[in-house]
Amino acid sequence: MLLNIKDLHVAIDGKEIVKGLNLSVNKGEVHAIMGPNGTGKSTLALAITGREGYEITKGEIIYDGEVINNMEPDERANKGIFLSFQYPVEIPGVSMTNFMRTAVNAQREFKGLEPLPAGEFLKKMEEMKKLVDIHSKLTKRSVNEGFSGGEKKKNEIFQMAMLEPKLAILDETDSGLDIDALKVVAKGVNELKSDDNAFIVITHYQRLLDYIVPDFVHVIYDGKIVKSGGKGLALELEEKGYDWIIEQFEA
Amino acid sequence: MLVITVKMLKFAALFKIILNRIIMSDNKNNNILEQLTKEDYKYGFYTDIEMDMAPKGLNEDIVRFISAKKKEPKWLLEFRLKAFRYWQKMEEPDWAKVNYPPINYQDIIYYAAPKKKKELENLDEVDPELLDTFNKLGISLEEQKMLTGVAVDAVIDSVSVKTTFQDTLAKHDIIFCSFSDAVQNHPDLVRKYLASVVPVTDNYFAALNSAVFSDGSFCYIPKGVRCPIELSTYFRINAANTGQFERTLLIADSGSYVSYLEGCTAPMRDENQLHAAVVEIVAMDDAEVKYSTVQNWYPGNKEGIGGVYNFVTKRGLCKGKSSKISWTQVETGSAITWKYPSCILQGDNSIGEFYSVAVTNNMQQADTGSKMIHQGKNTKSTIISKGISAGRSNNSYRGLVRIGRGAENARNFSQCDSLLLGDKCGAHTFPYIKSANETSIVEHEATTSKISEDQLFYCKQRGIDAEKAISLIVNGYAKEVLNKLPMEFAVEAQKLLAITLEGSVG
Repeated sequence: MLLNIKDLHVAIDGKEIVKGLNLSVNKGEVHAIMGPNGTGKSTLALAITGREGYEITKGEIIYDGEVINNMEPDERANKGIFLSFQYPVEIPGVSMTNFMRTAVNAQREFKGLEPLPAGEFLKKMEEMKKLVDIHSKLTKRSVNEGFSGGEKKKNEIFQMAMLEPKLAILDETDSGLDIDALKVVAKGVNELKSDDNAFIVITHYQRLLDYIVPDFVHVIYDGKIVKSGGKGLALELEEKGYDWIIEQFEA
Repeated sequence: MLVITVKMLKFAALFKIILNRIIMSDNKNNNILEQLTKEDYKYGFYTDIEMDMAPKGLNEDIVRFISAKKKEPKWLLEFRLKAFRYWQKMEEPDWAKVNYPPINYQDIIYYAAPKKKKELENLDEVDPELLDTFNKLGISLEEQKMLTGVAVDAVIDSVSVKTTFQDTLAKHDIIFCSFSDAVQNHPDLVRKYLASVVPVTDNYFAALNSAVFSDGSFCYIPKGVRCPIELSTYFRINAANTGQFERTLLIADSGSYVSYLEGCTAPMRDENQLHAAVVEIVAMDDAEVKYSTVQNWYPGNKEGIGGVYNFVTKRGLCKGKSSKISWTQVETGSAITWKYPSCILQGDNSIGEFYSVAVTNNMQQADTGSKMIHQGKNTKSTIISKGISAGRSNNSYRGLVRIGRGAENARNFSQCDSLLLGDKCGAHTFPYIKSANETSIVEHEATTSKISEDQLFYCKQRGIDAEKAISLIVNGYAKEVLNKLPMEFAVEAQKLLAITLEGSVG
């Protein structure tokens, strides 16, 4: 099992947001996490990646056989956890190329590898840019600075492609994307998908799941997974909304 | 040619450092090198002209002693005495936003001949923290030995490097020598330009420097000559220990160009706490001078004990029409920095530029900025200042833009940014604008920002640890200025920023 979350409780500023969540993810699987706004989807993503201020008050996150509750975010990243941010941040003056090179080499160093020679690095950049249909000029610009919403999201997938994570969490990567950008993002994910990695796709809408087909769909409500099913569940949600599940849960 | 230049630069770095007898870093143990430098004092002091050192304190006799030691002409002795007499009547300035205990000017030795440094057996005798810094700066093992004064088996032929360098300069009739040599060999030039930009009465520290300056650099670029290599103080023949009162005079004659590098990224420590240097630049018609500084003097320890007081007066005179002077500085060292590299834009259409990154960490204090004095028509100036404060340090930008009555269509753009790391440091901005001409345009932009948690987390989530992330973000922030540095300097300066800020995040 790649990820095993047991009875997870997460609080922000003392307020409990995730309230006893269980989730198991195996290699080779794609899990979709759906649910209304404000039910704990993003909180779950940030707790798994170790964002400061997201306090685990109870339960365990076990990744690759190791409890990572108190692990530094950079160590989690180096061990193969990647987050495609819902709101990617701008870093003025730091070129995308330089940023990516620093990240790639930090992860290589963690694994005891030599830094990637500049030539190989640039070659890989070119390949991955094509994969997500990123304009070459974009990587010369500062990280996310002046990027459109769609460019920012593509840039997240580009970074994922460069870093080759074992567990990738896509936090509403589809929000604000037009259909063409959505297809590009999905294509990136599908090409990177293998038997050795897993994806958690957080989304509001069924739309993305037309292109990234999940093995499992989970619905979060009030900080817990209240219903799980196969890809058919997403379609059912599209048709009927969340209310019937909420009603079921609250009954 | 380029390759050779870079190489030469490196060799020379070694030189300067060896000669400066410096030792570095806030070492816990009394390292061997430090003990060596302290040994100097046990021989006692005499006023005998044959001796290598003046007694402590400052009076007219000391000024005469220094001048005699240097076999200076009478006019220069008079110059020093005039400065000294004026200095005695002056008050030490207290307007800068820095705090330090009163300096006892009678407790300073104002003249000491440079000494040869003893050689060490191997690198094991060198302070490990220093070696660690060298490794981080990417200085090769061989160079580390040179820098720390360890005997090197394979002798690097530095003499021939220097000769090649001097040959190149000679071919273009460029004069580049120690200030003392210039006094002996080019007295007319020195006399004509000395204190023509920074008068002896200019300020307290400039007056003190004028009275007791030990040595420094002199440079003259003849008419129409484009200096083919970056001039660096490292290369100067007789690059003796210029000590704490350095004097630099740089003259670019009509239509000439020179890029001048000062300082070194390697940590510098010497026993002199007070440094009061003066740098003067004169640019004639259509001449261009680019002056780059990397300053990494000993900043004191984390509690603010020790460290250099760096009180420097740097000023350029754009004397000729369409002349240009650019100051670029990366300031990471010194306990206290008091420094305002300035331009007087006298010639019509002349241009002044100031690009600065000043980093303070722990208990460091910096009050630094620039003055742009517009006198000629259509004169232009640019000030880009990037302050970075960490620890419990204080970092102030202080700048003056003055537009004289005759400066028709003068233009200034100033941008002063401050970046704060943590919540115990301070950033301050004191911009002064005085305009006496209605046709001028003066723009001032200022921002203060903190490295956000979001930015840090974003970097960490990609596997970049906190210190690397800070370094990345800070270098991005300072990029506009770092880009102005000559290439070989810029790379080292980037690493230096990272090292200076180490430990500034929890």
